[in-house]
Amino acid sequence: MSRPAAGRRGGDARLGVNPITCRAHGLCAELLPELIGLDEWGYPILAASPVPPQLLEMARDAVAACPTLALRLSGAR
Amino acid sequence: MVRVPRATPHQVMAAAGQARPADPDSPYRLLAGWVDTGRPADLAAHQRRHGPLPVPAYPGRAGPHRLIGVVDRSGLRGRGGAGFPTGRKLTAVAAGRRRPIVLANGCEGEPASRKDHVLLSVAPHLVLDGAILAAYAVGAEEAVVCLHAQDPLADTLRAAIAARSGDPVPLRVAEVPDRYVASEASALVNFLNTGDPRPTAKPPRPFERGVRGRPTLVDNVETLAHLAMVARYGPEWFRRLGGPDSPGTTLVTVTGAVRLPGVYEVPLGTSIGQVLELAGGAAEELQAVLVGGYGGSWLPLPSGGGIRLTHADLQAAGASLGVAALVVLPARGCGLAETARVLRYLAGESAAQCGPCMFGLPAIAADLTAVVEGAAGRRGGAVLDRLGGRLEVIRGRGACAHPDGAVRLASSALRVFGTDVRRHLSGRPCPWAAGGPRLPVPGDAAPGAR
Ligand SMILES: Cc1cc2nc3c(=O)[nH]c(=O)nc-3n(C[C@H](O)[C@H](O)[C@H](O)COP(=O)(O)O)c2cc1C
Ligand code: SF4
Ligand code: SF4
Repeated sequence: MSRPAAGRRGGDARLGVNPITCRAHGLCAELLPELIGLDEWGYPILAASPVPPQLLEMARDAVAACPTLALRLSGAR
Repeated sequence: MVRVPRATPHQVMAAAGQARPADPDSPYRLLAGWVDTGRPADLAAHQRRHGPLPVPAYPGRAGPHRLIGVVDRSGLRGRGGAGFPTGRKLTAVAAGRRRPIVLANGCEGEPASRKDHVLLSVAPHLVLDGAILAAYAVGAEEAVVCLHAQDPLADTLRAAIAARSGDPVPLRVAEVPDRYVASEASALVNFLNTGDPRPTAKPPRPFERGVRGRPTLVDNVETLAHLAMVARYGPEWFRRLGGPDSPGTTLVTVTGAVRLPGVYEVPLGTSIGQVLELAGGAAEELQAVLVGGYGGSWLPLPSGGGIRLTHADLQAAGASLGVAALVVLPARGCGLAETARVLRYLAGESAAQCGPCMFGLPAIAADLTAVVEGAAGRRGGAVLDRLGGRLEVIRGRGACAHPDGAVRLASSALRVFGTDVRRHLSGRPCPWAAGGPRLPVPGDAAPGAR
């Protein structure tokens, strides 16, 4: 599969959620509204695009804040 | 009926894929024995027709790798719903560090499908050969045939396994709870590992870490039966029927408003209309056909009759082959009411682990039910908009593909039965909305329900 070329910093970092362990706390959407919305039931809808470098720090914070470790960041360096 | 010449002996196979089937051009491959004799093939009959297990044709340390190459070149794609290239999956499983496990998926949780049941009933040794050959190809230590608990086929398969000898890998039967999502690949793995028959989140996928932490090949039983023939007769023979992107034959279950509902074997690339003719033709005036099972797509009839059963053609028509089940809806039936009922069933089968599935599926089922019943009154348009939005939001957000099937079904219904949607919303539903179910779901008292 072709992957987008990595940017200078974290160019192909992507958010992912484990839909089974996610408990719809919604904390992630509060911390990172730029990339995470909530559906009508409170479950996160993640941006499909890579996490832009300037949001990488906030994305890390959101991942760390998820009470069930459901939110992940992959491909970040 | 095809006439098949007396089976030729196959004892000696000089090279892989060099054996010849009794009739290389017959459209009956998996079902040849059944069509010919009308009897399920016991081990002796199976070996008379197809010869012994062709493991000796793939000797030495390079043998398994060569077998994977043969399957890869055949272009065989999975018959369990997703159509994934079987050679690629074998390669991925064989690349793992630990000894793999093979699961032959014979649960057939799909209510519109009977093909695995028929195949396992009439040609159990073809499936078992395929499971053994797949295990040999990936270097697996065990092959497990997964069937629904209480399915009489479990005894059939246990007896078939007991009749065999000399298989290079042990075979056994596992009985899995009779629920729709319990036969999804990661749910089978989870059940065998922990007794919990619910899907798990990916990654890891079963090919990475599955049963007992090992790389696990999960293949549909029909896929494995084709594999058993490819290993014997070779990729060129396999490609003599079907198209480039969808080679070989497929079993197809035809139910609904045809004269001879049943399971048929046809070359891929056969048109929907031809399959319906094979099934005796229309029993009455037709309206639409559901392709690919209850997580599949509606296509209008007669206009959809020319569409051919290949992955590419169906995709171009906004559908997918799925498990190759056709449910034929007569003109005197309500596609929306049928769809709403199937959606309620699918919602009830959610493993209730993922929010978008456990809340989303009941929500879209309720929306469509409201549209069908005209219950929304003047707010009908708003309900329809909400339904459209929900279908967008749910897709792709479950741990397994269960919600995606429900979304596909509902979206295609809104597309194909668009005129009916407007009629229902304006309080003028078709006279058939209250009629008996044409698409049986488990639990219905209707004849033909499982
Ligand atoms: C909800 C759900 C139910 C499924 N049930 C079955 C089943 O009953 N039999 C089957 O072979 N595959 C079933 N599958 C597909 C399997 O996950 C898997 O893809 C398949 O067994 C792989 O075999 P194949 O590559 O030979 O097609 C199901 C998938 C989903 C999402
Ligand atoms: S913070 Fe974690 S549990 Fe809460 S909604 Fe986000 S991913 Fe789900
Ligand atoms: S998507 Fe639905 S059926 Fe699949 S694991 Fe999640 S809750 Fe269960």
